[in-house]
Amino acid sequence: MRHTISVLVENKFGVLARIAGLFSARGYNIASLAVSETLDPAISYMTIVVEAKDEKVLEQIKKQLNKLIDVITITDFTKKEHVDRELILAKVSYSAKDKTKLENIFNKYVGKIIQRKGDIAIIEAVGDNQQIRSLLEELNKFGIQELVRTGKLAIGAIGDASQGDTLRRF
Amino acid sequence: MKGSEILLESLKREGVKVIFGYPGGQVLPIFDSLYDSDIQFILTRHEQGAAHAADGYARATGKVGVCLATSGPGATNLVTGIANAYMDSIPMVAITGQVKSFLIGNDAFQEADVTGITRPITKHNYLVKDVKDLARIIREAFYIASTGRPGPVLVDIPSDIQLADTEFNWPENIQMRSYNPTYFGHPGQIKKAAKLIAGAKKPIIYAGGGVISSGAHRELKMLAEKINAPLTWTLMGIGAFPATHELSLGMLGMHGTAYANHAIMESDLIIAVGARFDDRVTGRLDAFAPDALVIHIDIDPSSISKNVSVHVPIVGDAKNILTELLKDIKKTPDTNDWLKRIEGWKKKYPLAYKDDGKLKPQYVVEQIYEVTKGDAIITTEVGQNQMWAAQWYKYTQPRTFISSGGLGTMGFGLPAAMGVKMGCPDKTVFDIAGDGSIQMNIQELGTCVANKINVKVAILNNGYLGMVRQWQELFYKRRYSYVGITSPDFVKLAESYGAVGIRVTKKEEVRPALEKTIAVENTVLIDFRVEPEENVFPMVPAGQAINQFIGGLA
Repeated sequence: MRHTISVLVENKFGVLARIAGLFSARGYNIASLAVSETLDPAISYMTIVVEAKDEKVLEQIKKQLNKLIDVITITDFTKKEHVDRELILAKVSYSAKDKTKLENIFNKYVGKIIQRKGDIAIIEAVGDNQQIRSLLEELNKFGIQELVRTGKLAIGAIGDASQGDTLRRF
Repeated sequence: MKGSEILLESLKREGVKVIFGYPGGQVLPIFDSLYDSDIQFILTRHEQGAAHAADGYARATGKVGVCLATSGPGATNLVTGIANAYMDSIPMVAITGQVKSFLIGNDAFQEADVTGITRPITKHNYLVKDVKDLARIIREAFYIASTGRPGPVLVDIPSDIQLADTEFNWPENIQMRSYNPTYFGHPGQIKKAAKLIAGAKKPIIYAGGGVISSGAHRELKMLAEKINAPLTWTLMGIGAFPATHELSLGMLGMHGTAYANHAIMESDLIIAVGARFDDRVTGRLDAFAPDALVIHIDIDPSSISKNVSVHVPIVGDAKNILTELLKDIKKTPDTNDWLKRIEGWKKKYPLAYKDDGKLKPQYVVEQIYEVTKGDAIITTEVGQNQMWAAQWYKYTQPRTFISSGGLGTMGFGLPAAMGVKMGCPDKTVFDIAGDGSIQMNIQELGTCVANKINVKVAILNNGYLGMVRQWQELFYKRRYSYVGITSPDFVKLAESYGAVGIRVTKKEEVRPALEKTIAVENTVLIDFRVEPEENVFPMVPAGQAINQFIGGLA
C-alpha cells in the first residue's frame, strides 16, 4: 500500500542522499519524492510516497527516518486530513478536430495548454492522484508522446497542526 | 588558530587521551600539530587496526574512541572498523583527511567520497567546508557518538581547512533541534510493565548490550533478584549480569545454552533490556516464544517491534527505566515452580564438551578463566573461538567481554585488545583468537611491541576456518571447500616482532604456558594446537526454532 509522509529536514548538502540511501539500504521503495526549501531556507520539506506492505514496515520507515540526525520531524498523512496534488507536463497529439474534446477534458480537470506547434501541444495539469490518473487515461486516447510529473505534494488540512506548526516553532 | 590546532584543542576538551591512526598526505597539518600535543598517538600498522583499537578502547572504558586516517585509502581502510562499531552501537569518532576543498570531486590523488561511503555505517558524518564550523562539528560529533543509542561519527576534513586560520570558538552548549534522544521512560508504560511482571508465572529477563552501554548492570541485578526471574543474555550482553549468579542462564540463541533457549521458548513474559531480537537470538521468528508477552526497554524506538511484536514498549535509557521500574514493582511473581523447571533443564542439558585428554579449545578458555581468576578482559576474533570464549569463561563484570557481535568481523580481536589495554593498563587483556582470524590483522603485533602494549593472544589453532568448516561438516556433507588454512610458525612470527611466542600441543602444558604468559611483561602469543574438528555445541541451525538443537548435547 502507498503512504504519503512528509519530512522536514535540515537544508544541508547530502541530506537527500541520506534519505535516499536509507530507503535503498533497507529495501523500502519510494514511489515519488518531492523536495524544496521552506519559508525558512535552513529547512527543506520533502513529500515522500512510500510503498509499505503493512503497518509494521511503515512504522519502521518512520522510525528509521527519525533516526537520521538531519531529520527534524515526520508527518504521516495516512490517517490525517490533508490535501495533496501532483503537477504533470505532457506533450500530446493535438489536431484541430480534437480541439473541443481536449478543451472539455481540460475544463473537467485543472489543465491548460501552454505551448502548441503543429499537431503537438504541451499541456499542464494539477490534481490529486485520482484526477491525474483519470486525466492520463483520457489523454491517452489522443496519444501522449512524453510525460513528466512532479510526484505528490501534500500539506495538512486547515486546522491540522502538523508541519506548519513545527516550522513556526523554529 | 589553524584548523589542525582547533581540531586537537577540541579533542582535548572532549577529554581525548589517545588517538589510534596512521599518517598520510592529507593529514600532514594534523600530524604537525600532534607533534606538540599531549594527546598520545598510537601508530598502528594498518588503518583497520586503528579503527578496531578505538572501538576496543570505547568498549572497555565507555569513553568515545578516536581514530585518525588520511584521505582515500586511509579512510577506506577504516570502513570495516566503522561498520563494526556501528553494528554494535559503539561510541567512536573517526577523523579523516580529505583532499583540498577546491579539488573535491576532481578525482584528485587519494580522493574518495568518504562521507558518501560511510553514510550507511555511521550514526552521522560531516564534511567540514569552513574552518569556522570545525570546533562545533567536533563537539557535535562527540555528542552524537556518545548519547542516545551510541555509534560512530566520521568527520572528514579537507587539508586546506586544516591549514586555514580562524578564532577558536568552543560552543559550551549544543543545540540540535533535530536530535533529542529520549532518556526517561514513559511512567504509564513502566507501570504497565510492573503489572505484567506481577502477574507472570514464567518470566525471563533477556539482557543485551544496551545494559552495558547504559551502565545499568546493578539495576538489572536488582530487578532479577527482586522478581526472582532467570536471566539470559546476548553475545553483546555478556558481562551485564554475573555468570556465576544462580539466576543466570548464560547466553541464548544459536550457540546459547539449551536451558536458556528452552526457558525463553516456554516463558510467558520476556523482559528485554537493551537487546534487539537479532536473528542469531530468535532463530525462526514465527516459532519464537509463542506464549510470551514482551516488555521491551530500549533507547532506540526503531529496535522496538522490528522483529518481535512488543506488548509494552518503553523507550529510554535502561538505567533510568529500571530504576523507575524497581520502584513500581509492588507485587512480585512466585517463580519457584518455574525456576525448578529450569533447574531440570540445567541438569538434563548442561553446557559440556568431551574432555578426553586431548587438547580441547574449551579447556583452554576455561584455563584462561582459572589462571586470570576471572579478572581479565577478553577480546575475541570471530567464529568458533568467539563462541567458545563466550561459553567457557565466566564473565562477572560489564566491559570485560569485547567482541564483534553484529558485523562479525574477523581480525577484530588483536587490535581491539590493543585499544582495551590502552584504556585499562592495569588489566590483563587476552585476545582469544583462531588461526584464521588472527592472520587478518596480525600486523598489529608490531604496534603492541613498539608501544609496549602488552596483550596476550591465545590462538586456538585448529588448522581450519573452524566455524565455516563446522557448517560444511553439518550441512554440506563434510565437503570441506577451502576451509583448511595454513599458518606461519606463530612462535617464530611472535619472536620476529619482538614478542614472546609459546607453542602448546598437550593439555598438561596449558596451565604452565598461561602462567608464564601472565608473568611476562611483553606481548605474548600462544599457539594452542587444539583438536582440529572440535565443534561448537549446542547449535541451532539457521532458520530453526531455538529449541531445535543439533549435535552434541541437547
